[in-house]
Order: sequence, then C-alpha cells, then structure tokens
Amino acid sequence: MDFQLTADQRALRDGTRELLAGRFDRDRLRAAVDAPALDRGLWRELADAGFFALRLPEEDGGVGLGLPEAVLVFEEAGRALLPGPLVAGQLLAGAMDGVATGERIVALCDGAADPVLWEHPADCDALIFLDGDAPAHAARAHRSAPADVARAPFASVDPLTPLARVTGPACTVPQPGLDVPRLRREAALLTAAQQLGSAARTVETAVAHARQRTQFGAPIGSFQAVKHLCAGMLVRAELARAAVYAAAVTEDALDVVGAKLLADEAAVRNARDCLQVHGGMGFTWEADVHLHLKRAWLRAERWGGAREAEERLADALVR
Amino acid sequence: MDLACTEEEEAFRARLRSWLAEVLPELPPPPAATDWPGRRARDAAWQRMLHDAGYAGLHWPADAGGQGATPTQHLIFLEETERAGAPYVGANFVGLLHAGPTIAAEGTAAQRARWLPPILRGEEIWCQGFSEPDAGSDLAALRTRAVRDGDDYVVTGSKIWTSHAEVADWCELLVRTDPEAPRHRGISWLAMPMDAPGVTVRPLRTLAGSAEFAELFLDEVRIPVGNRVGAEDDGWRVTMVTLSFERGTAFVGEVVACRRLLAELARTARADGRWDDPVLRRRLGRLNAEFAALWRLTQWNVSEAQGSGGVPGAGGSVFKLRYSHARQELYDAAAEVLGGRALDADHPWVADRLSALAYTIAAGTSQIQRNIVAERILGLPKGR
Repeated sequence: MDFQLTADQRALRDGTRELLAGRFDRDRLRAAVDAPALDRGLWRELADAGFFALRLPEEDGGVGLGLPEAVLVFEEAGRALLPGPLVAGQLLAGAMDGVATGERIVALCDGAADPVLWEHPADCDALIFLDGDAPAHAARAHRSAPADVARAPFASVDPLTPLARVTGPACTVPQPGLDVPRLRREAALLTAAQQLGSAARTVETAVAHARQRTQFGAPIGSFQAVKHLCAGMLVRAELARAAVYAAAVTEDALDVVGAKLLADEAAVRNARDCLQVHGGMGFTWEADVHLHLKRAWLRAERWGGAREAEERLADALVR
Repeated sequence: MDLACTEEEEAFRARLRSWLAEVLPELPPPPAATDWPGRRARDAAWQRMLHDAGYAGLHWPADAGGQGATPTQHLIFLEETERAGAPYVGANFVGLLHAGPTIAAEGTAAQRARWLPPILRGEEIWCQGFSEPDAGSDLAALRTRAVRDGDDYVVTGSKIWTSHAEVADWCELLVRTDPEAPRHRGISWLAMPMDAPGVTVRPLRTLAGSAEFAELFLDEVRIPVGNRVGAEDDGWRVTMVTLSFERGTAFVGEVVACRRLLAELARTARADGRWDDPVLRRRLGRLNAEFAALWRLTQWNVSEAQGSGGVPGAGGSVFKLRYSHARQELYDAAAEVLGGRALDADHPWVADRLSALAYTIAAGTSQIQRNIVAERILGLPKGR
C-alpha cells in the first residue's frame, strides 16, 4: 500500500497549479466576477493543456490518465476558483464532439435536484439532462439545444456562477451510451475535489493573513484563539483530502458520498473561519474569501447535499 | 495513490489471520476492570503468545529484537488483531510504544540487552513518569529533582496520571538534573525500578469510577546513574524522539473498533424501532463518513511514515484531534440509541462513554495538539 501521490501525480498537480496561476490570476478572477460570461479563449487554452481530455485514451487524442489524476486537477481548479461547467466538460469529453477540444461548452443538469439548476446558461452550446425520477439503474440522459430548454431566471448567490432554473423537460433528444449512475458518482467526486481545493486555499489565505496582520503589538496568528481556528481548518481539509483521494482510487459509490459530505463541510466551514480570521476586511467585497464561501455553498448543493448523503451512509450501516 | 496491499503484505495478513483464529480461543477471558493483577497477567500472556509466534515488537527494528516490519505491515497487524477481537496492547503500552523505542533509539548496548527482551516477552511492565501535578500540558515545567550522589541519582518529587503504576516493574522517569538550566534542558530520562525504596503508589479514582492510573510519590529514591538513557540533561530531546509515536499509531485499532460499534448502534436502533428518527439516522450516517475518513487518514499517515523512514510527523496531531472528538460524538450517539438505559453505569457503552472523555486530554490535550498543528505544520508564530 502506498497511499501517497506518485512523482507523476505531483508533477501533474504542480503543473496545473502553475498553468492556472498563469492563465487565471487574481486580475482575471476579479474580471470574471464583474463580467461572468465564460472566456472561450481561456476555455480553449484549458482544453489544449488537456484539462478536459485528461481521461480519454491517447489514440483518441486524450492524455490517458485516470480518475485520481482528474481529482488532482479539479482540486487545483477549486483552489483557483476557476469558473464554468468544468465537471460537465470533463465527464462529457468523450461523449460529444468538440467538448474535449474546448470548441463546445456543455452543461450537465441533475434532474434529481430541487430546484433543477443550470450553470452558465448563456454560455452553453448544449445541455445534458439526467433523469431525476427514475431509479438509479434505469436513469437516462437527454440532450437539448439551449434554446429549447424551458427556464426561469435564478439569481445566483455565487457571482462567478450564473444560474437558470430548468422548469420543464423541453424538447429533449435521448443521449444513449452514457452511464448515468457513473456520471452522477464522478460529478459528485469532481465537485468534492474542487471543494477540497477551496478548503485548502482558505487555510493558506487565513494563515497568511494571521502572520501579517498585527494587533496589540503582535501578529494575530500568535494568539491561541486565532491559531486554533486555523488548526481546525487544516484538520477539516486533511480529513476531506484522505476521503476524496481514497474515493478516487476505489471509485466506490459510498466512498464518494462520504467524501463529498466531508469536502462540503471543509469548504464551507473553512471559508467561514477564513472570513472570521480576516475580521472586518473579510466582510468586504474586495476580499476573495466570500467568493470561496459562495461557491462552496453552491457546490454543497450540487450532486447530493448533506441530508441525502447522511441518509445513504446511515442506510449502509444497516444493510 | 494506491490503496491495494502488495502480494507480500496480503500474505502477511493471511498468515496473521489464521494464527489469530487458531490461538485466540486459548486466551482466558478478560478479568474485571478493577482486577489489576488479573489484567496484567492476561496482557502479559498475550504478549508472550505474540512473542513466541514472532509478532512481538513488530515495528521495532530487528537489531532491537523486533521484526523490522514496515508501517503498512504494522497497520495490517493492528487492523487484524482488532478485527479478531484480540486484546489491546494494555499494560504493555508504555513498554512497547514508548520506553522500548526510546531505549532502542538512544540506549547503550547493555541497556538494550537488559530492558528490551523482557518487554518483548511480556515479562516486564513499564509505566510513564512524565506528568506532574504542576506539569501536565506544560511538561517542561516538571520539578522532580535528581541529585547526583556517587553512582546514584537521589530522586525526590511526585508524578501523576501514571497508568499501570500498580503493576509496573519499571517507570520511564523524567527528572530535573540541572535546576539552573533553561526549562527544556536540564532534564534527564531514567529507568526507575518500581520496587525501589522510597517509591509510593497511590491509585487515583477517575470519573469512570475505576482506578485507571495513580500518583507516584518519590522520597529520596536511589537510581543508579547507569539507568540513565541518553546524556545527562538531554532527556527532553530523548523524549521528543518517541512522543510522536504515541499520536501516530496508538489509535489505529480503535478506529476499527469504532466502526464496528457504529454498525452495532445502527442495528440496535433499528431493532428498537428508533430508526424512524431522521435526526438519529443522519447523525449515525455522518459518523459513518467520519470514521471511514479517519481510516483513510490513517492509511495516508502510515504511507507517509513509510516514505520517511517510519517516523510519524505532526500529521499524527491532525488525526488525534479529529479522532478524539469523533470518539466522544460516537458515544454520545450511543447514549441517544440507549435512551434511558444510558444512565446504567454497568452498560459497557456507558463505561466506554465515560472513558472517552479522557481522549481529548490524554497524550496531549486538544488545545496542545492545535498549537502543534498551528505552529509546526502551518508555521504560525509561537505566542500567547
């Protein structure tokens, strides 16, 4: 057993972090907050770097890597607060033309959610809708052209993720060949990976602030009250990391559910504690921490929330 | 990232599993919690069985009489012994996890030859004389004095929270050999025979009702200078070499036991008709995620230790923090499942619920662990 990153995996993680720092720095992030339309140039650049084709076989123009590698890449996307229907791009890259290369942007919609939400409705070239009411094994996927989807406006709490509410089945075309339970499972895991990245980033942000901000003649990070907040944040992130990485290796449905639950908690609570460490500055629009918190709230509701996760995990105890 | 065990590791697991199935039925049932000689005898018998089968000191280096097993093999050992219902390390805890590794790492050849084999054979029990009434979390504030007199140290002072003191043969004792030196220097590590004149043991009754540990009073106890492990005044460093082991792997078997209890709670709740309560169900569901993740974190820490030559890092503090609180939440959930029966002090879950209160205090309080995480991992400045 060697449950550590391999040298290649570390290189992939570091390379992704470097790539995102270069293409999506803080100025780009802030520009996206002001104008959340997706940057198609950036989308193509991500595709060129193999972001979406990561798991496609090399003979199909992919990189030929596995789910653990996708998790590491999505953790970095979460750290950087990279916006867009990233999960859909990764999961549908092999199933629809133009997705792997970044030419087409697709959204993935969970029909089991309430309300049924659609990310970046103005930027998508197609929408894949997963059945909500069918039993898991019988669930099917449908494809729609965006213009055909009945929707209502929805004021998104996350300024980086515009949302619409899907109000009807619209004119859908069956999209065969998609393994729907697997799509749901992997969507949950990749979402959890982004939560993990966000949780780790807010620990670093809080620690950096606590080292530099002085009050009463000392860095606030030397006060136990602040120190213990930061330690609690790290513990949450590290427990979530162990769960998310293990779920990526086992691909077990229940492992994914547990990992999502802990990663959601880590992202949401770490963002709140990070805000607390920043004091009044943390409550301003200028600090990035509210962007982490709002995205964490959004992701926590996607692909299985806490109630559903806890019920499934309880059910597993008596089966 | 690979969670699969190698062929060699699986072979080790299979051998261990069939040995456990064969020998465990021979072991006498556990004595009453208050029967210290009985508990010692059973723990010693179990250690002897491990020794004779070649499992004693599994993770100790071979040149110290151990098996030189990898951290993964040690993890498998702890997992399988717990799963099979084998006894905990019990009275051998300090010897196997603390004093033994310290002597193995820092002792002379003669000291290793004298003390290590009886620990491995279960013949000598050790206890830990670190904490004092005014030096618990602030361990370096210890005041027990050792004054050199010829070939002896003459030791006077007192120790507290000393588990197994009533049945121990030896005590790993931290004493102040230079009162003028800065706090962390001037401390030495001594092996004290518990039957030396001047040693008084007074059991301490805990909130759980039992005497789990004791106070030690030391009145001009003479300890040969040759019993000092490491250099004089260098005891703090000697101690820190092994302290991280206490937080690294000491709780591994317990995570397995907690997961088993959790499943039992759920089955009990369902049999009792309480499973319709969504609040209880969700609570147990969350604990399921929590303990599954703690097991993964253990595997992560063990893999990391394997990569760094077997020394657990500050990651042990991350684990201990979360685990000790999760364990308390688990027993609070058990009380909810029990309802009014949670007031029955004889119920094993209730006794364990009381014992769990110690977990956020023993082996470094949660507050101390948070300081360790904040300062050593996150690099926050030392301070108030």
